[in-house]
Order: sequence, then C-alpha cells, then structure tokens
Amino acid sequence: MGESNFPKRAYKTHGGVKVPHNKNTKNAQSIVMPAPKMVALPMSQHIGAPCTPVVKAGDRVDVGQVIAKSDAFVSAPIHSSVSGIVKKIDKITMPNGMRVDAVFIESDGEMRVYEDIKPPKVENLSDLISAVRESGLVGLGGAGFPSSVKLNIPSDKNVDTMIINVAECEPYITSDHREVIENSWDIMSGIYSIKDILGIHRVIIGIENNKPDAIKILSDIAENSVDKDDEVKVLPLKASYPHGAEKILIKACTGREVPVGGLPSDAGVLVMNVTTISFLSRYLKTGMPLVSRRLTIDGSAVKNPCNVIVPIGTQIKDIIEFCGGYKEDPKKILMGGPMMGTALCDDSLYVLKQNNAILAFGEKEARLSQPSACIRCGRCVKACPMKLMPEELSNAVDRKDTAAMKKYNILNCMECGCCSFSCPAKRKLVQNIRLGKQILNDEKKAQMSKGGKA
Amino acid sequence: MMDDKKLYVSSSPHFQGNSSTRKIMLDVIIALIPATIAACVIFGMKSLTLVGICVSSCVLSEYLARKIMKRDTTIGDLSAVVTGLLLALNLPVNINPLIAVFGSIFAIVVVKQMFGGIGMNFVNPALAARIVLLVSFPSSMMSYPPAFFYRNADVVTSATPLGAQKGAFSYIDLLLGNCSGCIGEVCALALILGGVYLVIRKVISPVIPCVYIGTAVLMSLLVGADPLYQVLSGGLLLGAIFMATDYTTSPITFWGKVIFAAGCAILTILLRTYSNMPEGVSFSIILMNILVPHIENLTTPKTLGFVKKAKGDKK
Repeated sequence: MGESNFPKRAYKTHGGVKVPHNKNTKNAQSIVMPAPKMVALPMSQHIGAPCTPVVKAGDRVDVGQVIAKSDAFVSAPIHSSVSGIVKKIDKITMPNGMRVDAVFIESDGEMRVYEDIKPPKVENLSDLISAVRESGLVGLGGAGFPSSVKLNIPSDKNVDTMIINVAECEPYITSDHREVIENSWDIMSGIYSIKDILGIHRVIIGIENNKPDAIKILSDIAENSVDKDDEVKVLPLKASYPHGAEKILIKACTGREVPVGGLPSDAGVLVMNVTTISFLSRYLKTGMPLVSRRLTIDGSAVKNPCNVIVPIGTQIKDIIEFCGGYKEDPKKILMGGPMMGTALCDDSLYVLKQNNAILAFGEKEARLSQPSACIRCGRCVKACPMKLMPEELSNAVDRKDTAAMKKYNILNCMECGCCSFSCPAKRKLVQNIRLGKQILNDEKKAQMSKGGKA
Repeated sequence: MMDDKKLYVSSSPHFQGNSSTRKIMLDVIIALIPATIAACVIFGMKSLTLVGICVSSCVLSEYLARKIMKRDTTIGDLSAVVTGLLLALNLPVNINPLIAVFGSIFAIVVVKQMFGGIGMNFVNPALAARIVLLVSFPSSMMSYPPAFFYRNADVVTSATPLGAQKGAFSYIDLLLGNCSGCIGEVCALALILGGVYLVIRKVISPVIPCVYIGTAVLMSLLVGADPLYQVLSGGLLLGAIFMATDYTTSPITFWGKVIFAAGCAILTILLRTYSNMPEGVSFSIILMNILVPHIENLTTPKTLGFVKKAKGDKK
C-alpha cells in the first residue's frame, strides 16, 4: 500500500453553501465542569432500541456503572455519569418531543469510579465489537449511531478505507476541533488499534481547511512519528457546508458514491467521527465507558462562549450557568449546530451522548423571515449536495403527490438544509421535504396494515 | 431564570442566507441602467418618459390586481419594476403612451397575476406583452426613428439594422447603438456591461447567454449570414442576457439551460432568415418558454449515488 493510493487533493463534490463559520471557541481550552447536583439519563440516547433500567430508586451507583441496557442488536448501554443515589425513574421529554423513561441520579459530588472498571482485553475483531458495545459508545458527531454496530461490518462487504471525520462544517461548533488539539495522540493511537484489527490499510483524515492548526498537528504525527507503514494521511477539504455529512465526505475523500439507500460499507468505506475514535482509544486504555463529553457553548445570548466537558445527563441550564449565564434573554436554544440542530422548547433538558453543542440565540438570530413565492432561481438545485431538486420536491409535498416525491428521490435527501439556507424567497424547503418523508412513511405503513388484513 | 419567557421552536436550519428576491430584482435593475442611459443618449429624454410610464403602470397594475384578488401586496419585491423596465426597453421611442400602458397592464395582469403572480407565469411577461403589441399595433411598433433623430428632426423613421440593406451599419455603430430599433436593444455595449454585472453578482449563470450567442454564431454561418452582425443587431443581446435568463421561464438544470438557449438561438436565426419578419428573438424565447417544463423533465440531474457502479475509485 503506497502513497499513490491516497488522493492528492479532495474530490469535487456538488453543491454546498458557504455558511458563516463563527468558530469563536476554537482557541478556548476545554473546561471540565464539576458534577452537577442531579443528572438525568434518558433510556434512548442512540439510534435503535431504547434501554431498560437495571437500577431502581434508592440504589447507590458509581461513575461508569451500567444503569440501563438492552439486548437488541442496534442499541448501546447507558452508564452512570456521576456517583450518588438513584432518585427516581420518570418520564422526560426529549428534544424531539418524545416522552421516554430517564434515570435521575442525585450526585454526592465525589465522582467515585466504579470498582469493576478495567481496560478491556481486545485481541480480535469480536473482542473489539463486544468491548465497544460495553463502552456505550455511539457516534459522537451528532447522529448517535451505536459504534459497535458500525464496526460490525457484514462479511460480504469489502471495506478498504477508513475516513476520520474532522470536517466539523456546522457553524459555531468546535468540539471536534478541540479534541484534535487537546488529544491528538489519542486519535492516532485509536486509528492504529482500529485499523489493524479491521485490516484496513488506508485511513484518510478529512479536515476542512479552516482548521490549519488541526491539519498541522495531525499531519505532523501521521508523517513523522508513528505512521511507519504510511497508511494514514490527512486530507484538507474546502471549508464548505456540508462536508462533514457522511456521503459527501466519502465522495470528497475517495471519489466514491454511496449507492442510493446503501451504507458507507457499500462503497467500501468506514467513517468514524474524530471524537468517537479518540474516546475509543482512551477506553481501550482505561476501560472508562462513555460518561462525559465535550460541548461547545456559544451563540449570541451566551455570555462566555467556551468548550466544556460535562457529565452526560447534565441539565442544559446548569451548564449555561457554569459558563457565566445568559447575556440576553435567549429566544432560541439549539442542541447541535444551526444548520441541523434541534431547537429546544426550554433549557431544562439534559445533555445526551451525541450532543456536540448547545447554542443560545437572542431575538435577532432567532427570528426567521417569512417565506414568499418561489421565483425558480435554481439556487436550491445548485446548493443541493445530493443533486436533488428541492423545489420540485417541496412542490410535490405541497400537492401530497407521493409519486413525484419518489420520482425526485425524496428519501435520498439528508436534510442538510442547504436548500433552505440558499433560498432568496426564504422558503421552508427542507422542512417541507421532511414532512414529505413522513407522508411517504405513513403511506407505507397504511399499505402494510392493509396488506396484513387482506 | 426564564420562567415565562417562551423560546422559538422551529425545524432546522436555523440560519438563512442573506439573498432575497428584492435584492436579486434590484441587481437586475442596476444591470439595466447602462442600457437605459444609452437609450436616453441615443433617442433623447423621451426614452426616460417611456420607461417611467411602463414602470409606473406595471407597479400600479400589480398593486391593484393583488388588491382585487385579495392577496398580499408583492410590489415590494420589485419584480413589477423589472417587467416595466424590460417592456419599455423593448418598445420604439415614439410609441403612443396609451399603447405602452396597455402593454404593461397586459404583462402584469394577464400574463403574470392571472397565472398566480411571481414565479408562476409560463412565459416572460414583458416579451408576451411585446408580442401582443406587435400583433395588435404593427405600424406603431415597427416605426423606429433613427438614432439621434432629435438633433435632426427631418427624418421620421428609419430601417433597423436587420431590416436595412446589408452593410448599412458598421460593427462600431451596432456596438455603440448608432442605429434605430427599440430603445433598449440598440447599444450592445451597455447590454454586455449589464450582463457581466449580473454574472459577477451571480444573479444569472453565464450558461444561457453564452450558449445563446454561441449557437447564434454557428447558425448564422450555417445559413450564410454574417455572425457578428446577427449577434450585435436587433434584440438578440437584450434577449440572450435579460429575457432568456428570466428565472421563472427558463430551466433550472444545467443541461436544461443549454438546450433551452440553443433552441432559442436556432429559432431566432431561422425566423430572421426565413420568415417575413425582420426580428425573431421575442417569438423564439416565448416558444422555448412553453417547452421549459418538458426540457426540465428530460434533464433532471441524477442524484448522488444513482450510479450503480459505486465500487472502485472513479478517476
């Protein structure tokens, strides 16, 4: 495997938009937040089956102790992020409006580590997969897909490339960037352990070129010290949203396209978020499961934008208070970035495993313009990284025309929001497309139940 | 901390770009200023009066039409101003003001508002109005005074470059607009200047004008006409830069734009050469406007990952 296997520069991708970067916290050393008084750990912090609690009110738990798990294949166990007493198990509202059970733990402030924690023994792939499952790791870039499932590549797929996602194309968020600066060696050793076990001989670290310091640090390590086989390379990408989206990143790094409805493994690629790989490396050394994570706290309503490492399950209100509180009355609070993040109905919700940012905005940023008629300028089509026609899709959804939705490949939309961002008439294109997917889904369900009866 | 203060909740994205319909229309108006100034220099201040009449009657009829239909006022997006301006630039300077007012009302009320307003019209309003006037009032629409006639009042009408004998006008005359015609179409230089501005501001993509002009050159060679003369004379540049690039009535897709512009150019040269009208730009653009939905259907882009052979690096 020589150098020629690596692309000299990133492949061209279609569309994308230039969003304001606003990476105000890129030079801010992460601060560790002390244990809050109370944490709440919802049973569904990942894509897949929710967990069931294995503790009950009154139990004493320590940091890293399993408090909930599931036998389903696509799931990840949940660990206590503080030491203290389980207060109650009660329903809470998730950012998406779902009501799920959550374990409330009152912290004793001691952060006592669970006694059974020891580094896992990993010698082969199945060891790795079960260890990753035990760690409760999910994709830390935002989607929250259980990592053990991702690493469990079906044997008929020939995966020859691993891509490390450091694109971080969302405005404001710098948590992956800080991970590179603060834990660069963890990342490299994580890459090495994974790639050897998986037998992958080409690792491409994709970083947007608005992070020159991160590119330099990782290139230096990859070029000079550890990478004797020359199998890891840093690939600078143009800073354009959404380069961090899996399918776009794969296209930019390898020139391959994930087939419609397929997975990255269908294109021979495994994509891992940089913070995920860095955590994995530390977990293999210490055995401490996923109990805390770094968040970017920023936005016009926040007094001191910063990066903070918090126990999972901390209330957002507590974190903002720890960071100095609000500068003005917040009018919109986001979990995640402004392009794909979820707007919260209040700041009493709790941090989940896959959160990478909490952004709070004042009135000016929170208000969106009213939509007006489409003038067919074609900017949405030009901006769509998936090469769809958002305006046709949105019109089809308005007409509830499911045939047209399918014809224009509505399910291939990844909801990056480039169309809505670039629309001069401020039309709610991606919002409408989301609705269309739901209509299709309902139609499918209705058909299935009809088929069942017949 | 925020007891009864409510938060906005909306579906992502939570940011919007800073482009707007109004800014786009403003850019088109700015791009038409050189041609308007050239019209005033070449045909006198009467041109400015004509522009004023068309713009004000377009805006007023849009306002009234929306009022009568009980819909939101849309004159703020400036699209009616653009329609008025384009219509004025497509008229001869000595036209009866009432005819100009009729054209404006037709463009806005019949072509634009009756089909649902901005973004819904199936043909270019200004061009449709021009054709209606051309058919209804052929004599006043075809009587063009010569350039700078206001300095030499003896001459009343003159032949346009396309109607005149071959060689009546030099390329320099055509470039600077020293010839007769509609007030906005004569000065090629001003139109090109406006086109370059629109491309730089990314309001239009250069595909349609370039393909239009390129195909017109090829077609002229094919039918044995002087290509440069064909491009610089008549309404070809005004059509290629400002009319065929109208968002609503041109395809969105890249290959759609190519087919559309090539079709416009082929029809233009064919009409100019073989029909008994001297000019063919308006008719060819209108005809191609009608085909836009079909062109778009044929040129829908393949979505990412559509290619079945996704395995192996493509180089």
